[in-house]
Amino acid sequence: MIELVWLIPLFPAIGFLFNGLIGRWVGLDKRIVGWTACSALGLSFLFSILIFFSLLQLAPEARAAVPDTVLFDWIVSGDLKTVIGYKVDPLSIIMALVVSGVSFFIHIYSVGYMHDDPGFTRYFAYLNLFVFMMLTLVLANNFLFMFVGWEGVGLCSYLLIGFWFERDAPANAGKKAFVVNRVGDFGFLLAMFLIFVHLGTLEFNGVFAGAHSLDAVTVTIITLLLFVGAAGKSVQIPLYVWLPDAMEGPTPVSSLIHAATMVTSGVYMIARCNILYSMAPVSMAVVAIVGAATALFAASMGLLQFDIKRVLAYSTISQLGYMFLAVGVGAFSAGIFHLMTHAFFKGLLFLGAGSVMHAMSGELDMRNMGGIWKRTPITFWTFLIATLAIVGIPGFAGFFSKDEILWQAFNSGHRYLWLVGAVAAGMTAFYMFRLVFVTFFGRCRASEEVKKHIHESPPVMTIPLVVLACLSVIGGYVGIPHVLGGRNFFHEFLAPVLGGHPEGAGHAAFSLVRPAFASGGAGEGAGINMELLLMGVSVAIAIIGICIAFYLYIWKTKVPKRLGERFKTIYTIVFNKYYVDEIYEACFVNSTKRLGTFLWHRFDDGVIDRSVNLVADLMLWLGRVLRRIQTGRVQGYALGIILGAVIIIAFLIR
Amino acid sequence: MLSSVPPIYFLIVSAVIFAIGAVGVLIRRNAIVIFMCIEMMLSAVNLTLITASHHLNSLDGVVMVFFVMTVAAAEAAVGLAIFVLLFRGRGTIKVDEINLLKW
Repeated sequence: MIELVWLIPLFPAIGFLFNGLIGRWVGLDKRIVGWTACSALGLSFLFSILIFFSLLQLAPEARAAVPDTVLFDWIVSGDLKTVIGYKVDPLSIIMALVVSGVSFFIHIYSVGYMHDDPGFTRYFAYLNLFVFMMLTLVLANNFLFMFVGWEGVGLCSYLLIGFWFERDAPANAGKKAFVVNRVGDFGFLLAMFLIFVHLGTLEFNGVFAGAHSLDAVTVTIITLLLFVGAAGKSVQIPLYVWLPDAMEGPTPVSSLIHAATMVTSGVYMIARCNILYSMAPVSMAVVAIVGAATALFAASMGLLQFDIKRVLAYSTISQLGYMFLAVGVGAFSAGIFHLMTHAFFKGLLFLGAGSVMHAMSGELDMRNMGGIWKRTPITFWTFLIATLAIVGIPGFAGFFSKDEILWQAFNSGHRYLWLVGAVAAGMTAFYMFRLVFVTFFGRCRASEEVKKHIHESPPVMTIPLVVLACLSVIGGYVGIPHVLGGRNFFHEFLAPVLGGHPEGAGHAAFSLVRPAFASGGAGEGAGINMELLLMGVSVAIAIIGICIAFYLYIWKTKVPKRLGERFKTIYTIVFNKYYVDEIYEACFVNSTKRLGTFLWHRFDDGVIDRSVNLVADLMLWLGRVLRRIQTGRVQGYALGIILGAVIIIAFLIR
Repeated sequence: MLSSVPPIYFLIVSAVIFAIGAVGVLIRRNAIVIFMCIEMMLSAVNLTLITASHHLNSLDGVVMVFFVMTVAAAEAAVGLAIFVLLFRGRGTIKVDEINLLKW
C-alpha cells in the first residue's frame, strides 16, 4: 500500500492536465470541470487516508524507516544523483493528509464560490496544479525534489493571487509575492548547495544520517539559510510583506494557499530538518526569536485593520510566528500540531469570510457590515467556532496546539518568548472577536441595495464550512496533553521522526537551549502544576481580549473612535502597518529600480548595445570595401582561380 | 616505338598546351573561343594522364581520361546551349559585356 504513495500527487496532476489542456480549448461544461478537479482531490485524500492507516499498522519505530518509494532517476551527473522519490513517514503523511483533506473541501467550496467567474476552468487547473506541487513538496524524499514543489507552489501562488490580472492590484500583488519569495528561495538554494558540498547527497535519509559529521559553523550556516527560505515562504519577519497583499486573490485561494497549506511549508521544512536544527542552537534561537517577534508584530498590525481578509492575513502571519516559535524551542511536534489545527480553523475563517463576501455582494470592509448573523446562520456559527478555536478557548482545537507551544516555550527556559506569545494570544483574541462583533453584530451598515441581497450561501459552500468547523473542534483531541489526562497521540505518532527520544539524548551536547520534547513526558509534580497554571493564564488572557473587544465594539461603540483620536500618532502608525511597506519601498525597491535604470542606460545601452552596433558597422564597412572585387567579369574570376591554383601548387611542390 | 620517347617530352607538350589554353581563357573575349581554350586545357590534362598511365603501366589514368572526355562532351552540350540563349537575349557573347552578376 505504502509504495502507492506516488498516486497521491498524481491525481491532481491529471486533473490539472485535463482541465488545463483539454478544458481550455474544448470549453468544457463547468460541471465536468468542477467534478474532475474535486474528484482528483477526493482520490488523493482517499489514498492519503489509506496510506496513513497502513502506516499506522506498523510498529512505531518502523514508521520512520519505511523505505523511500523511488520512481526513477532524475538527474545523474558526476557525484550528483537525484531521484524522483517519495518519502512516507509520520511527518510527511500528516502533511499529505492535511493538504489533500483541506484542499478537497476548499475545492468543493470553490465550485460554489467561483461559479459565475469566466475563468472557472483556469482557476481549477491552477488549483489542481497547486495541490500537485504542494504534495510533491511534502512527500519528496530529497531536497531538490522538494525544491521543485517549493517553487511550484510559489508559481501557483503567483498565478492565483493574480488570477484577476486584468485589474492592477492583483497583478502587482502577485508580482510582489513572487519577488519576495525569490529572496527566500535564494537562501534555500544556497543551503542546498552547502549540504551537497559537505555531504555529497541531497536525499533526506543520507543527509540526516551524515549530519553528525558537519561542524557546528557549517550546520549553523546551512540552517540559517534554510530559515531564510522558510521565512520567505512562511511569511516571517522580514519577508512577510507579501501575504497581506496576496489577499487580492480569490478568497478560497487565500484560504488554501495563504492560510492552510503553502505558507506552512516553511514550518514543515524546518521540522523535516529537525536533526540539522538540533545541532545548531544559534539557528534555533534565531528561529524562535523571529517567530515570537512575528507573532507579536503581526498581531498588533491586525488590531486596527478594517478589511476582513487583511485581518485574517495578519492573523495568519501571527499564527505562523507561533509555529516558528515552537520549532525554534525544539518542540517540533507542537509546531506541526499547530500547523494542522491552524489549517482547519484558518482555512475555515477564510472560507467564512468568502461566504460573508458572497452575502454582502463582494464587500470586504467590515465597517460596511454588521448584524448579519441571523441572515447567514451557518456562516456565522462556523465562523464563531473557528474564532473560538484560534483564540484558544478550551475544548477547541487551537487551545491544545497553542497552549502546547506556549508551554514548551516556557518549559524550555524561554520565559520572555512565552510572555511575547501570551501577549500576542491576547491580541489575537481581541482582533478576532472585534472581527466577529463588527461583522456579524450591531446595526447593519450596508447600503440598502446590498441589504436586500444578504443571504446564506448555497450548500456547496456551507457543507465545507461545517466539515471544517467539525475538524476545528475535534482536530485538537488527537493531541491532548498528558497533564489533562490525554496521551498526546499526535506527539507520539510523530516522535519517530521528530525526535521523541527523552531530552534529545544525541543532541543535548550541542544545545544551549534545553530541548523541550515530550510535553509533560517528564512528569514532575511542579512541572504539571506549572503547566496547568500557564494554561489558566493563557485562557484568562484570551478571555480578557474577548472582553475588551466586547466592551469596545458591542457595548460602548463610541469608545474606539475616541481612543483613536486620543492616541492619534500610535493609531496612525499601527493603522498604516508601521509603514513597513513604505520603508521597504524606499530602501530596497527604489534602490533596486535605480540600479536597474542605471544598468539599463549605462551598461545595456552604453556598452552592450553599442558594441553590438559597432560590430555591425564594421561588417558594413568591410562589405562596402570588399564588394569592389566582385566585378562581374568572368575572366577576372578565372584569373583568381588560376593564381590561387598556382600558389597552392607552388606551396605543395616546394 | 612510343616507349622510346621519354615521358618528359609528353609532359612538356601537355604543359605548353595547358598554358596556351589558360592564357586564352584569360585574355580572349569571345565566349566560344574561351570555351575552346577550356577544351584545350582538358585535352592537355588528358595527355598527362595517358602519359602517366603508360609510364606506370596502369589503366587508372586511361579510365580517368574517359571520364574527362565524357564530362567535356556534356559540358560542350550545356555550354553551347547557354551561349545560344545568351546571344538571343543580349545580342552578344563577349564576356566583358556580360557582367550583370556583380554588386
